[in-house]
Amino acid sequence: MPEQHEPDGAVSAAGMGGAMDLAAAEAATLERTPGGPGGAGPRGRPRSLWSDAWRDLRRNPVFLGSALVILFLVLISLWPSLITSGNPLTCDLAKAQEGSQPGHPFGFDGQGCDVYTRTVYGARASVTVGVCATLGVAVLGSVLGGLAGFFGGLGDAVLSRLTDVFFAIPVVLGGLVLLSVVTSNTVWPVVGFMVLLGWPQISRIARGAVITARQNDYVQAARALGASPARILLRHIAPNAVAPVIVVATIALGTYIALEATLSYLGVGLKPPSVSWGIDISAASPYIRNAPHALLWPSGALAITVLAFIMLGDAVRDALDPRLR
Amino acid sequence: MGRYVVRRLLQMIPVFVGATLLIFLMVNVMGDPVAGLCGERQCDPATAARLKRDLGLDKPVWQQYLTYMGKVFTGDFGTAFNGQPVTELMATAFPVTVRLTIVAILFEVVVGIALGVLTGLRRGRPVDTGVLLATLVVISVPTFVTGLLLQLLLGVAWGWIRPSVSPAAAFGELIVPGLVLASVSLAYVTRLTRTSLAENRRSDYVRTAIAKGLPPHRVITRHLLRNSLIPVVTFIGADIGALMGGAIVTERIFNIHGVGYQLYQGIVRQNTQTVVGFVTVLVLVFLIANLLVDLLYAVLDPRIRYA
Amino acid sequence: MRRASHTTWAVCTAAVVLAAAGCGGSGTGAARGSVFSASWSDPQNPLEPANTNEVQGGKVLDMIFRGLKRYDPRTGRAMDMLAQRIDTTDSQHFRITLRDGWTFSNGEKVTARSFVDAWNYGASLKNNQKNAYFFGYIDGYDKVHPESGAQSAGTLSGLKVVDDRTFTVRLNQKFSSFPDTLGYAAFAPLPRAFFTDHAAWLAKPVGNGPYTIDSYTRGFQMALRKWGAYPGADKARNDGVNLMVYTDNNTAYTDLLAGNLDLVDDVPAAQLKNVRSDLDGRYINSPAGIIQTLAFPYYDKDWSRPGAEKVRTGLSMAINRRQITETIFRNTRTPATDWTSPVLGAEGGHQAGLCGRACDYDPAGARKLVQEGGGLPGGQVTITYNADSGSHREWVDAVCNSINNALGNDKACIGNPVGTFADFRNQIGRHRMTGPFRSGWQMDYPLIQNFLQPLYYTNASSNDGKWSDKGFDRLVDRANAETDTRRSVATFQQAERVVRDQMAAVPLWYQNGSAGYSQRLSHVALNPFSVPVYNEIKAG
Repeated sequence: MPEQHEPDGAVSAAGMGGAMDLAAAEAATLERTPGGPGGAGPRGRPRSLWSDAWRDLRRNPVFLGSALVILFLVLISLWPSLITSGNPLTCDLAKAQEGSQPGHPFGFDGQGCDVYTRTVYGARASVTVGVCATLGVAVLGSVLGGLAGFFGGLGDAVLSRLTDVFFAIPVVLGGLVLLSVVTSNTVWPVVGFMVLLGWPQISRIARGAVITARQNDYVQAARALGASPARILLRHIAPNAVAPVIVVATIALGTYIALEATLSYLGVGLKPPSVSWGIDISAASPYIRNAPHALLWPSGALAITVLAFIMLGDAVRDALDPRLR
Repeated sequence: MGRYVVRRLLQMIPVFVGATLLIFLMVNVMGDPVAGLCGERQCDPATAARLKRDLGLDKPVWQQYLTYMGKVFTGDFGTAFNGQPVTELMATAFPVTVRLTIVAILFEVVVGIALGVLTGLRRGRPVDTGVLLATLVVISVPTFVTGLLLQLLLGVAWGWIRPSVSPAAAFGELIVPGLVLASVSLAYVTRLTRTSLAENRRSDYVRTAIAKGLPPHRVITRHLLRNSLIPVVTFIGADIGALMGGAIVTERIFNIHGVGYQLYQGIVRQNTQTVVGFVTVLVLVFLIANLLVDLLYAVLDPRIRYA
Repeated sequence: MRRASHTTWAVCTAAVVLAAAGCGGSGTGAARGSVFSASWSDPQNPLEPANTNEVQGGKVLDMIFRGLKRYDPRTGRAMDMLAQRIDTTDSQHFRITLRDGWTFSNGEKVTARSFVDAWNYGASLKNNQKNAYFFGYIDGYDKVHPESGAQSAGTLSGLKVVDDRTFTVRLNQKFSSFPDTLGYAAFAPLPRAFFTDHAAWLAKPVGNGPYTIDSYTRGFQMALRKWGAYPGADKARNDGVNLMVYTDNNTAYTDLLAGNLDLVDDVPAAQLKNVRSDLDGRYINSPAGIIQTLAFPYYDKDWSRPGAEKVRTGLSMAINRRQITETIFRNTRTPATDWTSPVLGAEGGHQAGLCGRACDYDPAGARKLVQEGGGLPGGQVTITYNADSGSHREWVDAVCNSINNALGNDKACIGNPVGTFADFRNQIGRHRMTGPFRSGWQMDYPLIQNFLQPLYYTNASSNDGKWSDKGFDRLVDRANAETDTRRSVATFQQAERVVRDQMAAVPLWYQNGSAGYSQRLSHVALNPFSVPVYNEIKAG
């Protein structure tokens, strides 16, 4: 496994000088920007990177726009009846595949259900699956991958080989085995399954990013100054390694929502009477030639959700990058 | 360096054993495969019992596993339910899928990185927005639909390609399926490259390179891109195995009798021998791909060393 | 210098991976002359006649084998093929005489022994033949295929070779329609090569049908060619057929549109709406001996208690069969009104409308009956199905929506998918069903007996719900013993009325076979088993 070039002694030597002024070391690396007019941090304590980022974000229109979209999604997930009075389970086969008509702006799907109502009601399951699976995968993956990349050694070897094994488990097999024994018809088994099979992807990315960030001069400096490994990881490496994790996680969010459809298609995901974009997308997919509208709307909703999260991720990443200030 | 590679190769042994055991157990958990062999009727009990004995299913799982592994080491991966040896299935499926994966990886590397560089250097410009929108389409429309539409348009409406891949599955036939297979990963690679590039553009070494008066393309290829590729390489490395085993949808649409298809058939019919055999080979592929990626780290970032 | 060595290592490891990609596959045999190509998928079992229980293997057997009888591709009637005559006086002892002049395509004569050996092979427990139970009526079956323990005989005592062209069969019970079951593939004759060099035979099966197998690449294609010296009347009217294995029926359909394939015998559900315009009328949709029903778990007291038949009938009336077959299946299914199939014809025992009002959509009547019967068990029914094949999800969802709308409760019925067919069968076998479940029946031979006895007789092999009725069993026994065909059929129909009165299973629809073909082909038809009649197809 890749290891630090300089002798390990460097770390312990730095450790002995733990009383050194860490704030000075941080100031050297992070406080490159002159204190702006909005410098609200308490005097005498350096502003943290994270509070800086937050101050940036509040003024970023891209962030605000995407946050607004996400807020809207959360609202309709909680109270779908805010914007529709229909019932997603009331379907009339006589109207199957019909197009848009008064009172039914998006038309009907193959079972004669109202596409608009189902798209609105589908948000809850889909957004929950997408967000929770992504959060779970991102947290678990970056913690494990980060630690492995930072410390190297036996832990890294074991973890890396473990990810090899997990990668090799076919999703179909995993789904049929792990989810078919579950009787609960909530999103949680599905989320748990995605986290279980998804973390190696982020773990790999985080490990790679940490290995690169670890080589940076300011990390060596902080280490030489005796910063604790936890502090180095959180303060110096994490902000510099987080970008690829955010990029992968925001795209993965969309693929998890789509994966839920695959699982439902296999008969092990969400079961009826659950409503989700994934279920509707997979049901409408074969009929793309005859009733494209039934595919268009849930896919569109999925696209907007992914867009909001990608833009949000981009804004957060920019805000965390001191070099962009 | 050499020692490092040897150590990594040795690590494959425990992983190999662990992975096969895990998959073996998983297929076993799925239950009794004999139940599905007699169509819409109950197999008569005598035949069912004999089939189970012939498949070794009447023994405890640990014994089944040991017997299986013993055979694997002599090169016998068992037989599928239709009587074909699993090694024969692998010999036809893997070359096809490897070719498909190579096409897909090439798309990811060439198109993905090119688009990533383009958008990374032109952040916020129309080309950046255009690629972002294309990314969204790729993510939110299932591969199934993209594959189907491309097949209909290119194969039937315009007649540019054959809608189905012939048994020979030459590289030329695999271009469109490879593109479909790579599409979602393309989105990842593009955005990873873009972000990484945008970050490193402000790095000191890039500023230095520009200040030295190096021509822009040299700055980009020698300094900027090389240092930005670590997350991209990590991703592609992990993707190789995923593409090989996960091409179920693409292989079905384009009639490719590859690993994804055989694996799916094996899983649905609960054929332990097929599934364990194929997954075992996939684990090996992951191990090698991962080793390659770790070695590439050092090529891309000379500060990283191996012990 | 150092960096160079890193690169070398990386390149070396990469080279190993790439080397694996080197070798290619084999070329395709292009269709020439009046050879045409047709869609196929991998048979699930080795191609032994008594071991093939699904339609893909059945297609090949139908091309390379001819048995004592053959079911007429149009009427489904069992016609003598190799049998010159089958004589019996008591419906239990049969004397079978073969026609002269039949040989296998390797030149070997088809004799009485070819049949007796084949049947003994199929029945014997040690050969693991999945259709062994077809020989269950023959005397001595319990010795060669005991339910448990080792077999005590190698051959069926009920089979005796008299001379080259004659053999006798003794059954263990009266079974008047036994001769009519002999068109089933399991009863095909086998050449000596099957027994002497089994592996070679499996790699390239040899039979006595109008086609011979020219080449067989497992998993990819089988090339069948007209056998010029075929002695039968139903000679192939084309030079051959290339069966191409497709991973998906939609791909085969697309290949047909693109002109790379001549015949698709399974038009995907999603294309049914546009198939007529796509193919300019080169599409056939004809009845097949397949019926879909909802079966019930009678081992669950909620479904076996008195009054539950009213709930079952109510559910049946809550299903709008016409609308579902028109919208979801585009008329490739026909609403069922009895428990058999129209391919039997009225003479064969099909009785349209037998189900009566119980199979008509009537929401008010449905609500009333369900209420009278004590309501749905637990207030909700789940319809269990396997999600890995067919478009079961679509029709189950539609059936549930129909029930929900009729009963005025949007959660009265929900679909319950099971991941794999094997798991589905497993759960059925272990009596895990708690509500109705999908049940599809494709006939083995076109007899009313085949639609009733295996499905509803006490402890029959496909009686998945364990329904049991003494009156029904008695009627079936009587019908089997009846020597007069017409009276036998009438007695079976009487038994079917018991099924109706109890609503043992809810009949949903009769399934059709559908096929699309290219401009090169003419005279394309499907037989009652939804298999194309390959030998009659003419290719331009």
